[in-house]
Amino acid sequence: MSILGTRVIRTEDPRLLTAGGIYVDDLREPELDGAARATFVRSTVAHALITGIDTSAALEQPGVIAVLTAADMTDLPPPPPAGEFDPDAPAVEGPLPLGGVWSEPLLAVDRVRFVGEPVAIVLTDSTYQGEDAAELVSVDYEQLPAVPSIEAALAAGSLLFPDAGTNVCQKGGQDTSDESIFDGCEVVVEGDIVNQRVACLPMEGRSTAAAFSGGKLTVWASTQNAQLSRLILTAIGLPPDAIRVVAPDVGGGFGAKIGVDRESIIVAWAAKHTGRPVRWVETRNENLLAMTQGRAQELHIKIGGSRDGHIKAYRLNVLQDTGAYARMSGFLPSLTVLMAPGVYDIPAVQADYKVVVTDGTPIAAYRGAGRPEAAATIERAVDWFAAEAGLDPARVRKLNFIKPGQFPFVTKTGAPYDSGEYEAALDKVLAKAGYEELRAEQRRRREAGAARQLGIGLASYVEVTAGDAGAGETCKIDVHSDGTATVYTGSSAHGQGHHTAFAMLVQAELGIPMDKVEVIHGDTDLIPDGVGTYASRSLQLGGSAVQKAALEVKDEAARQAAALFEAAEADVVLDADTGLWQVRGDPDKSLTWAQVASEAEGGTLMANVRFTQAMPTFPFGSQLSLVEVDTETGKVTLLRHVTCDDAGPVLNPVLMEGQRHGGIAQGAAQALCEEVLYDADGNPLTSTLADYGAITAAELPSFELVTSETPTHLNPLGVKGIGEAGTIGATPAVQNAVIDAVSHLGVRHIDMPLTPERVWTAIQSAGLRRHVREASAK
Amino acid sequence: MKVELTVNGKDITADVEDRTLLVHFLRDVADLTATNIGCETTSCGACTVLLDGESVKSCTVLAAQADGRSVTTLEGLASDAGEMHPVQKAFHEEHGLQCGYCTPGMVMAIVSLLRENPSPTEEQVRAGLEGNICRCTGYHNIVKAALSAASGVNP
Repeated sequence: MSILGTRVIRTEDPRLLTAGGIYVDDLREPELDGAARATFVRSTVAHALITGIDTSAALEQPGVIAVLTAADMTDLPPPPPAGEFDPDAPAVEGPLPLGGVWSEPLLAVDRVRFVGEPVAIVLTDSTYQGEDAAELVSVDYEQLPAVPSIEAALAAGSLLFPDAGTNVCQKGGQDTSDESIFDGCEVVVEGDIVNQRVACLPMEGRSTAAAFSGGKLTVWASTQNAQLSRLILTAIGLPPDAIRVVAPDVGGGFGAKIGVDRESIIVAWAAKHTGRPVRWVETRNENLLAMTQGRAQELHIKIGGSRDGHIKAYRLNVLQDTGAYARMSGFLPSLTVLMAPGVYDIPAVQADYKVVVTDGTPIAAYRGAGRPEAAATIERAVDWFAAEAGLDPARVRKLNFIKPGQFPFVTKTGAPYDSGEYEAALDKVLAKAGYEELRAEQRRRREAGAARQLGIGLASYVEVTAGDAGAGETCKIDVHSDGTATVYTGSSAHGQGHHTAFAMLVQAELGIPMDKVEVIHGDTDLIPDGVGTYASRSLQLGGSAVQKAALEVKDEAARQAAALFEAAEADVVLDADTGLWQVRGDPDKSLTWAQVASEAEGGTLMANVRFTQAMPTFPFGSQLSLVEVDTETGKVTLLRHVTCDDAGPVLNPVLMEGQRHGGIAQGAAQALCEEVLYDADGNPLTSTLADYGAITAAELPSFELVTSETPTHLNPLGVKGIGEAGTIGATPAVQNAVIDAVSHLGVRHIDMPLTPERVWTAIQSAGLRRHVREASAK
Repeated sequence: MKVELTVNGKDITADVEDRTLLVHFLRDVADLTATNIGCETTSCGACTVLLDGESVKSCTVLAAQADGRSVTTLEGLASDAGEMHPVQKAFHEEHGLQCGYCTPGMVMAIVSLLRENPSPTEEQVRAGLEGNICRCTGYHNIVKAALSAASGVNP
């Protein structure tokens, strides 16, 4: 029986549980002996010209090796020329920074654009010395008016990039001016919602160590992809083959560790510049100031349809705050536009986006990256529409779902959905949750005027995974003469369980037991070509690559076995349960992998492949959230969260459930408590974990997961990505639940996060509105 | 200043700066790197260790405050024969960890929690872990691991 689909506990764990992982700060490689500690001097103001930097006092401190600023970076290649700026140019594909006039420097040159921007780097013998010395670097700022919000950016009273002449750095999507799409709609709802800025917050922040010796730079980075990091690090003026990047254990990424940031490039440069190895491990304060953050959209919605619940038209205008630097340009909102209509067959859809720069921390991918915003928006809109039409939100969803017979289905925004069973997923969730009983209990509490009201929130979602399916993923498998196998994957693990999953695939195809399969990732000397982990791509691309390599190794082994058996190749078979090679019809003779591999050239059977996929995949599901809202205090308690998340056949339920759990918690966190805040001068208000409301175990229930497995035809495993789905579904389900709990009090919408203060205020204002209405009616 | 600590049963004496935090003593002097730093503000619990058997966040305890006392870190939990502690075992069996960064602190916090309350309810476990942040697991399997360890642990 195949091991695939069974509950296998992780092979990664014993080491992590007894000795702890080896993260960048734990590395004791000889190359890092005597490594200097790097401490960054960061901008304390949101927007200013730098008029002077005095490092003399810092240089006199004990243990200080160097204090370096942009003026010291004379050994770097010059930045490319600025070029022309066209805000209407199509979005840059993939996670690339917007260059030209919008270019981001390494260390700040003559201007800072957000609090936390690196201005200088201090190298010391020890961490404490670095903190002391960095305090003494004196930077003179000539403050400029801050651009702390999308509104301020659009007002253009202050420009972050004067050469651009605007704060709008990109526009895209469709023409959204055609009002006639709402002609004939009996029910039309229009409004604004905010998808707030949140911190990615991996438990290990960013960290990089670098050593330069004999013309070769070695960089250990906490990254989701060593190979992309190597490409980015060529910015210090070395060719890729003079750089080795190693990803040791990585303490979470969530999108914010795709590649490496400017700080890592500076650390690598400092190691080359000074000849001394350098290690940088950021503090949580730095992490909350300067690691890229997520979401940060303001959206305008208009939705219309018939009184009986059929949605006819949907319009979405996205305003993306990209922070001080357009690291991902229009990429994130272009995904929001692509996924705008969600799971619904809507005859007319228009969506566009505009990206602005602000004095905020740069925005980049965060678990979902553009798709959670789309799902949160359409799912709010559908609830608005259902409420206005006086219909049950579950019924309206079912009326408008794309039906199973319509796949493959191309949406009006151009998304090619591969497969889906949207109504079945919702039905499973409703049944598991006991939807009708919950509604009955809700009615009972409403009629009783209970202080604690019940809210039931639904979200049906679809998302896009492996967006860059064509880039694929690499895998090399060696089967050695001792019968063990080594898998070199271009994918990159930081908690997902790649090593367990990929070893399972090898065992399933080759019959080599998992404990004889070693999986290696994240070292560009061993794996120069690889793409890495983001966009929920690892199993569908990386896993399919492992399977493809295994099948090629098997073919090669069959040839060797046939020669050893002196049999025809067609008669040689592998028993995948025992890992023994045999000749059909002759059960007495068999060969082990060790025997077959020993006959291969060099004693190793080898396959080196790249798996590419024709198109992205579109996992989907439904989630139901049950909350209790104390109407006297505004406090929300998440009571239950039931989900059906379908990403095709499940390779290992243990891992899949883990991804869903984590995703749900992060999605619920955005709905309930997390938000990065700035004051009117662009000063961050949430720069420690004492201020930023990261969700804890005490605010969450155990989750109730329902299984559904609809395969895709796009890869041989039939799988789609599951890393981000939980988050995408959970945010709107929880938000809809909270608003549902107080909708009978006249509340139509509350923006996230749904803190007690916001919920209480919404209830009070709705009460006041009702009061005024009743008074004026008299 | 000179401090003497017993770490995982081993005596360690060192001259350290007065301001040295316990977590830096453990990582840099004792060279025990399982204990991680997650926030420096006593908010996330990644650095949780046992000080004389009780959980503390070692990022806000001075090494000087631990002078003459006994510290247990994740590395000191398994038996001498290498058998995992029931909480470690439960984390493995219940998939209570993903990236592993919060894990040492989380495991130590649960060891301490179960010493105080050997048979907690789910609600008590959740309340007890309020000071430990995990970003990967949604806490679901961590709570499950704590409850499963509790059911197997002798009071």
